[in-house]
Formats: sequence, C-alpha cells, structure tokens
Amino acid sequence: MSLIPAALATATVLGVAGAPAGLVLPPRVRGWVVGVLTAGVGVAGGTAGVAALGGSRWSAEVPGLLPLAGTHLAVDALSGLFMAVAGAVVAAVAVYGIGYVTGHGSHGSYGLGSRGAQAVLPLFALSLLLVPAAASVSTFLLLWELMALTSLLLVLAEHRARPAVLQAGVWYAVMTHLGLVLLLAGLSVYAAQAGGETFAALRAGTAGISPTLRGLVFVLTAVAFTSKAGLVPLHAWLPRAHPEAPSAVSALMSAAMVNLGVYGLVRVGFDLLGGGPAWWWLLVMAMGGLSAVYGILQAAMASDLKRLLAYSTSENMGLVVLGVGAAGLFAHAGNDAPAGLALAAALLHVVNHSAFKALLFGAAGSVLRATGERNLDLLGGLRARMPVTAGLFAVGALGAVALPPGNGFISEWLLLQSMIHGLEVPGVTTAIVLPLAVAVIALSAGLAAAVFVKALGVGFFARPRGEPATAAKESPPLMLAGMGLLAALCAALALVPGLLGGGLDRAVEAAGLTGTRPVAGGGLRVRLEEVSATLSPLWVIAALVVALGSVMATVNWATRRRQRRTQARLWDCGGGAPTPRMAYTATSFAEPLQRVFDDVLAPEQDVDVTPVRESAYLVERVEFRNRVPDRIEHRLYQPVLDLLAAAGQSARRLAGGSVHTYLGYGFVGLITLLVVLVVGW
Amino acid sequence: MNTVGYAAIVLQVGAVVAGAPLLTGLMRQTRARLEGRAGAGVLQPWRDVRKLLRKEPITPVGTGPAFRWAPPVLVATSLVLAVLVPLVSTESPVRGRADLIVVVALLALGTVALALAGLDTGTAFGGMGASREMTIAALVEPTILMAVFALSIPAGSTNLPVIVAGAADEPARLTSPAGLLAIAALSVAVLAETGRLPVDNPSTHLELTMVHEAMVLEYAGPDLALVEFGAQLRLTVLLGLLASLFAPWGIATSASSLAAVLLALVLVVLKVAVLGTVLAAAEVFWAKLRLFRVPELLAGSFLLALLAVTASYFMGGEGGQ
Amino acid sequence: MGLLRKIRDTGQVAEPAPPRPEGGVPPQAREFGGSVQVRCVDAGSCNGCEIEIAAAFNPVYDAERYGARLVASPRHADVALVTGPVTRNMAEPLRRTVAAMPEPRLVVAVGDCAINCGEFAGGYGVEGAVSDVVPVDLAVPGCPPRPDEIVAALRRVTGR
Repeated sequence: MSLIPAALATATVLGVAGAPAGLVLPPRVRGWVVGVLTAGVGVAGGTAGVAALGGSRWSAEVPGLLPLAGTHLAVDALSGLFMAVAGAVVAAVAVYGIGYVTGHGSHGSYGLGSRGAQAVLPLFALSLLLVPAAASVSTFLLLWELMALTSLLLVLAEHRARPAVLQAGVWYAVMTHLGLVLLLAGLSVYAAQAGGETFAALRAGTAGISPTLRGLVFVLTAVAFTSKAGLVPLHAWLPRAHPEAPSAVSALMSAAMVNLGVYGLVRVGFDLLGGGPAWWWLLVMAMGGLSAVYGILQAAMASDLKRLLAYSTSENMGLVVLGVGAAGLFAHAGNDAPAGLALAAALLHVVNHSAFKALLFGAAGSVLRATGERNLDLLGGLRARMPVTAGLFAVGALGAVALPPGNGFISEWLLLQSMIHGLEVPGVTTAIVLPLAVAVIALSAGLAAAVFVKALGVGFFARPRGEPATAAKESPPLMLAGMGLLAALCAALALVPGLLGGGLDRAVEAAGLTGTRPVAGGGLRVRLEEVSATLSPLWVIAALVVALGSVMATVNWATRRRQRRTQARLWDCGGGAPTPRMAYTATSFAEPLQRVFDDVLAPEQDVDVTPVRESAYLVERVEFRNRVPDRIEHRLYQPVLDLLAAAGQSARRLAGGSVHTYLGYGFVGLITLLVVLVVGW
Repeated sequence: MNTVGYAAIVLQVGAVVAGAPLLTGLMRQTRARLEGRAGAGVLQPWRDVRKLLRKEPITPVGTGPAFRWAPPVLVATSLVLAVLVPLVSTESPVRGRADLIVVVALLALGTVALALAGLDTGTAFGGMGASREMTIAALVEPTILMAVFALSIPAGSTNLPVIVAGAADEPARLTSPAGLLAIAALSVAVLAETGRLPVDNPSTHLELTMVHEAMVLEYAGPDLALVEFGAQLRLTVLLGLLASLFAPWGIATSASSLAAVLLALVLVVLKVAVLGTVLAAAEVFWAKLRLFRVPELLAGSFLLALLAVTASYFMGGEGGQ
Repeated sequence: MGLLRKIRDTGQVAEPAPPRPEGGVPPQAREFGGSVQVRCVDAGSCNGCEIEIAAAFNPVYDAERYGARLVASPRHADVALVTGPVTRNMAEPLRRTVAAMPEPRLVVAVGDCAINCGEFAGGYGVEGAVSDVVPVDLAVPGCPPRPDEIVAALRRVTGR
C-alpha cells in the first residue's frame, strides 16, 4: 500500500536531483550521473505503475505545493498502466542514453550530452511518469506543460547542427501550445460546470452538466489529446519533431509521451465524463482510422528512417484510438463486454507499441550515431558492420509488422477480434463502421509489412550505398544494453502476454468498463470468453520452430553428400559486378506503392531536361525530382499559415513609427475601457 | 477421438507435402495438353526437387542470414499452415489454434521472409522483386482477411474449423450474396498470393516482368528446392482452403471413425485437383496484367470483400432479430 | 470460345517421341534423374540456332516432355546451351555464366559456330570456339542443327 507513494517520492527526488546534476557536473561524469538518475526515475516510476496494476490504489492531496489549488495526486490501475510503460521505456532509454552520450563515437553525441539537455532529461522523464498520477485539473495541466516544455527543449538539443531542428522546434512549440490552449479551455469549462477542479469533483459533477457542454468539453480535450498522440489532422509536429530530436529523446517521445494523449482521452472520455453519445466516438474512430492509413502510407513513402518511424507512430496511435473509439461506441450501446475488450486491445497495443517503437528509435539512433545518416537511400550493408544493432532493429520491426512471432501481432489480433465481435452490438452504425474499421486495420497491417521490409531490407541488408555506411562501426555496449532491455521486453510481450493479464483488466475497470479478462489462462494465451477465438503465441512459435527444425533436418539429410556451401559472386548477368548504386533504394522500393496510392498521396514530380547547346534533340542532362509532401499538411495548414502571415503583414501598418499614433492607441483603448465599464458588462 | 484426430492431421500434412509438387505437375500437364504438347508428366516437380537437392548449395558473396534462412522459414510457415487449415477434419486436435487471422499472418510471414531475402542480395532484380511482391502482398493480405472475415460473421467466430463446420451444416450461407462476394474476392486474392496469372507469370523468363521469380534469382540447389517447394505448398494449402470454405462437403465434422477421415482425404484431394485443373485451364485463356494494372484488380477484390462483410453484417443482423 | 474450339480441333500436335538417342548419359548428368533446367547463352550467334532452340521447345518437338525446362537464371540451371562463336565481348560473360551455375553442370555447344567458329572463324571480333572459353561436355553440330537434334542432345542429359 505504501509502495506507490514511496516509489513516486523516490522518482521525484531522483528526477529533481538530476537537473542540477546535469547543470553542474563536468562533462565526463555528467552523462553517467544523469543517466543513472534518470534510470532510477524510470525504475521507481515503473514500480509505482506495476504496483497500481497489481491492484493498489493511492491518492493524496498536498495543499501547499501549488498556490490557490494545491496538488492532487491519485494512482489507479489506468494510470498505473501508463506509468509502468513509461517507467520501463525511461529506464531502458536512460541506459541507452548513457552509452549515447559517453561512448566514443563519431557523430552527434554533442546535442544530448550538453549541459542544458542533460539537466532537462531527468525532468522530462519525471513528467512522463507523473502526468498519469495527476488528479486535478491544475496539477494535470501543470505537469502536462512541464512535459511539453522539457520535451521541446530536448527536441532543440541539436539545433546548432541542423537548421531543420529549429523549424521542427517552432512547429512543435506552436502545436503543442495550441493543444494546451484547447485543453485549458476544455477542462476549465468542465471544472466550472462541475463545481470543482479535482478529478473526484469532476466525476461527481458530470451528471449535472448539459449534454451540449459535455460534448464541447469532449471535443476540445479530444482534439488536444489526439494532437499529442500524433493523430491526423493535428499530427504535423510529429513527423518533424521526432526525426530532429536526439534519438534517445525520440524514443521517449514516441514510446511514452504520445501514449499520454491516449491516456488523456481515456481518462476524460471514459472515467471523468463517463462515456458519451455515439457521435463522440465516431469522431474519435474517424480520426484514428484516418491516421492509421494515412500514417502508414506516409511511412511507406518516407526514405528518412526516423521520419518513417515517426509516421509509423502516427499509424499505431491511430489504431489504438480506433480501439478506444470502438470501446466508447460499444459502451454507449450498452454492451459492456465488447467495450471492455476493445479498450483492453487498445491499451495492450499501447504497451506493445511502446516496446517496439522505443527499440526501433534506439536502433535508428545507433545507426545515426555510427553513420551520421538517416537517409535509407544512402544506408545499407549495416548488417555486416553493426550486427547487434541490425538484429535488434529486426526484433523491433518484427513487432511493428504485426506478424507472428512479433508482439505487435498479439494486440492487433485482439483489436481485430474486438471489432469482429462488436457485431453483437446492434444498429446500422456499427454495421457500417465496424467493417470499415476492420478494413483499416487490415490495410494498415498489410502496408506496415511493406514499410518495415523496406526499413530493414534497404537500410540494413545488402551493401552500403554511401561512404558513411561503409565506415559504420557498432555502437557502444551501453546503447546496445539499453536496446537489449527493450528487445527482451518485446520478446516477453510476444511470448507471454498473459503476464499483463490482471493488470490490463484492472486498467479497463478503472476506466469504468467491464473487464473481460482477454489476456489470461496461465499467462500463455489470449482468450476471449464470449466467443471461441483463441490465440496462443507460444503454440504458434513452437509450431514454427518445430517446422523449421524438421525442414532443416530433412534438407540436411537429403543433401548429406554435399554439406559444404560454396561462396560465389552475385549473379550479375555476366556484365561485371553490380555496384551498390544498382541496388534498390528505399525510394525505388516504395515507387509501386506510390503509384498505387497516387490519388491519395499526390506526389510532386518534376523533370528538367537540359539539351546541349547545338541541338534540342541531344540531351546533356536530365534532372528528376520526386517528392511526396504531406498532403493534409499542405491543404490544411498552409491556408491558415498564409492567413496569419497576411494578418501579420497588415498589422505592421498599425505601427507606423509615429509616437502620436501610439499615444492615440492608448487613449482610444482607455476610453473604450471606460465606456465598457460605464455602460456595464 | 484423439487417435483419429491425430491421424487426420498426419494424413493431411502427408497429403499436402506429397501432393503439393504433384498439384503443380498436374497444372503444368493440363496446360501442356491444352497447348497441344505431351507434357513432362505430373511427377516432374518431384524430379526437379530431387535434382535440386543433389546440387551444390551456393551462398552468394555479401548475403547474410536473411538470404540463408528465408527458404526454410517459407517452408516452415507453409507446413504450419498445412497443419492448421482444416482440409480433412474439423475435429482435429489443433482446431482451437486454427484462427483465421493467424493463418493470414503466417502467409504474410513467408512472403516477408522471401522479400527480405530478395533485398539481402543487393541486386537490382532482388530489390525489384521484393518491392513488387510487398506491394501486392500489402493489398492481398487485407483482402484475404476481409473475405474470410465475411464468412466468419455467420459462424460467429474467426476459427476456421468452426466456419467450415458451420458452412457444411448450413450450405445456404455459401449461396448468400455475402458468401458469393467473398468467394470472388478470395479467389482473386489466392491467385495473387500464389503468383499465378494474371497477377504474375510463374514461367516467365523476362526479368522485367517478374515478381516472385525476381526475388529468387540468386537461389541455387537445395535452397531453390525449398523455395519452389514452399511456393507449391502455399498454392496447395490455399486451394485446399478455398475448397474447404466453399465446398465443405465431405469434410469429417465429427470425431467419428477413421473411415470418414479417409473419405474426406480422398474428397479433398479430388477437390484440390479439380480446382488446380480449372485454374490451369483458365490460365491458358488469360494474359498477364501489366504490373500497374494489378492493383486495380486487387483493389476491386478488396472492395468486393468489404461489400461481403457489410452484407453479412446486415444479413446477420436481420437474421438475429 | 474461339480459342476453346481451336484447342479442341487441334488436339495434340507433339510428334510421337522418337526412340532414345544413341550414346550414354554424360557422367555429370547422372544425378539429374530426368530433370534438367536449361539456360541459353547467345555468345555471338547469327540467331539461327536460337530459332531452332525455340523450335525444340515448341509444341511439336516439346523438349519439356523429357524433363528439360528453360529458366531465367544460371543459378537455377544445370545445362548451358551456348550458341555462336564466342565474341570478345561475350567471352567473360560466358565464363561468369558457367561459373554461376551450381555443380554438377554441363555445357552444350549448339551449332557449328559454337563447335569450331564455323563461318566466322578468324573474324576480328571472335575470341574462339566455345571450348576455347569454357569446357564443353556435349556438342550438337549443324548450321543450324535441327530441333530434333537439339532435343536428342537434351535427352542424353535428362536420360529420358
């Protein structure tokens, strides 16, 4: 019972101690001390989360800590799930970060290793763990903003190296604060109507709020939370900020921070507002489904490894939110079992996604550190040069493609099952929405396979396509150890998802739905009680291993006369050894998909033909450019940005430089104020 | 029941393993006869496998574990499929494991392994084949999933033996609009998944028109034997799945006698042979589609599958009320 | 429907199989056991032999019924059918092609040019006969050889 406060207090102390340590200590020990402290924050916070998943609850009020409102903290199983995930990711990434900062390497430890970044890192980790523990609007918003600011500072860590970092920082700063404004507005209205700002008061006061206002609160907060989760249409910051941040930070953001958007959605939508009408959840499902397909399509087109991973985050969060929306829809229809199942599937996918995405970003960081290169078109051949990183990336990719024996498969399987069995919920809406949702999940799973075959096959296999990749060296052991922890987590989730069993159920129940114990049964199988669908990952893996063994044994027996394998040069059509430039690149790999989805992606192609001076028929040079812009961003953001720029331009006319005009503004302002006061508000 | 169940599995896997090359041989022979040829005989694929196993295994320089392990993984996934898919009996000991989504995912796993091997060689053809195969797979896997999902709705489960047993008890499910749409969609998807005409030409010699073949240009000897055998297994299992889903008659639905299982085995061999012959005969009349027309075909079948699902939702809803 | 009627009316056009050719199976080919994958290499031929090879695989001669099949990659092949005198530009590719084939493998020289450069002997672009570049196991003389002669050579390799 006293474990949670003790663990949270430890995490807070370590995190707060980490900040001055990062500021004061000399560079040589800075990375070590901050890394160990951050790992401590992760372990302590994770412990609190696990304890909460185990069924403990805890809440506290610290009156003096914040002016006016005081601090309210509460931990239930729902917060526990997100804290446990964040804690595990933080701990592993902190170990990785020590290697990233202190190990001798060629490219780019300067950003994250700097005084400022090292001071902020423990605070960011702490905020990730504390946000789910907040139990009042002011505490929540304060921690939320702490998380946003610290992550912003960390995104900017490498701003000296690349101008793109600054641009990404501006996008991130603006969008995250727009989200904050929406959140502030939504929660303020909510608190004002409910007559109290603690979550307990909100929960109690919800019944008295008119449906319109409740809808307003939900829409405002849902938009803010889905933006944090990187969902279309407010996703634009994600594919910018994640690639430009140092990789350890990308891992934390993609595997822990975006989760909190889902947490917020579930906490406010289910726990506080207690569910709502169908249109809320259809809206959420639409955003989720759109993000899933659009995110994975953009990932398929990306040749920047980290951008690809960032868009894949958008996709996976889309799938999660699709599940959350379905849960809301089913709950609204009064079918608690399918609702609980859908939410459990969504939460399980959060856990799985965090494990493999942190691993993938870690491996991408390892590549980036060794080569200074993120462009898949110029990578390749890393399997031979960085075998451990390549192997770890393969483990993560296996999780991400949602195929057995990866961990992503289990949660997508459960998600599909929850959609399929949602047909018990009567109504035309479900009959139209659920097939579409299944189609979205199936399509995004199919495309994800293409995406990660591209990332692994083009980035790590074959031969290097550029100088940096040729000279790549394996990363320091601590980085590998951090990734190894995450890989072990992926393997554990893939083999025995039942370990989560009770915790997942308690989290679902904490959100106010019925737990259906989808993950149970000796910790070995995923089982749905109401229908006869079972999945036993261990059985599938064992069957594959047995089949593989018997195939190898048969082949060895049949070829016993010729055991020795001969090396031979690649078949080059007889025309001389193929150069690495002839190998398929990420861009060429994605070209057929680009053609297939031409209408959706609207690629921009540009051909420049320069003829020789003497004759227009003889070509001297042909330049071909192909770019797949983020279409939503173009169509949706550009007009707004243009409008703002135009408004800014015209506002310049107000500031003509004349002191008289400025005095006049003051006078007019004062008069207006007085008139308003006199006439009465 | 257990002995009969295990016997059913052993028989089924044995029949699939022994029959997969024969099915390919039968299809080639059918085609040869329609073209006025004499043909090499149905045993020819088995001779090919025997010959390839006697040849020298080659590791091209610069390839790694992905290249080395893809053929065994492909065959292993196909073998697991051969165990899972209910061809002979719906009451086998693995009936609880034969989940539709697992089956689709295992198919995709084999495809992914081979595509990675194609990229691992680092040749232009390997990459080209991998890229095309993944493009097609990205559209085919969802279609298969949706089509069988449409059939799973009346059964109330994604468990394949339950679906098959349900259809055997209640044949009206298959002749409903949803069932017919699903048949059409699944057939197209199976053609694409197994690399048959009009999606891919398994006997092409021109690299630029290749999909599956381009990925495996570097394989020789026993590795090639595994690749070809794996492709034959997949074709057999998928045609068997089609037969079980849409013509489930004769399948042993109760854990009764060995005789019922043997009868079912004979029937399923016949059904798959007929399907193979029909497919081979149909291929004589088709030309390969341009690669970039293939997605239109697949998108069409995906939409058919989506329609099938929606239709069975509505039908199911009406039936329920 | 037209095609269907044509198939019915044409029936089988493959000629009845002639008796097994003289001469034993070459020693390397013993392991093939009735299955031979063939890769054609045009080392500089006038394309006369190519036409005859194509004819050997057409429905009338149907070399496939003896277990021979044309393949796209030398990695898949057991037999290289080499035609023409080996030109300078094709000498190295020919060596590489044969080297790319897994053991056991055979080289069959098809046509007079492949055997002794024929009409092109002494030409400035000619490196030599096929046997000057890679070891030849079987030769099919003729300018060009008749399809049934090519089929007979392939039958000696497949042993059917």
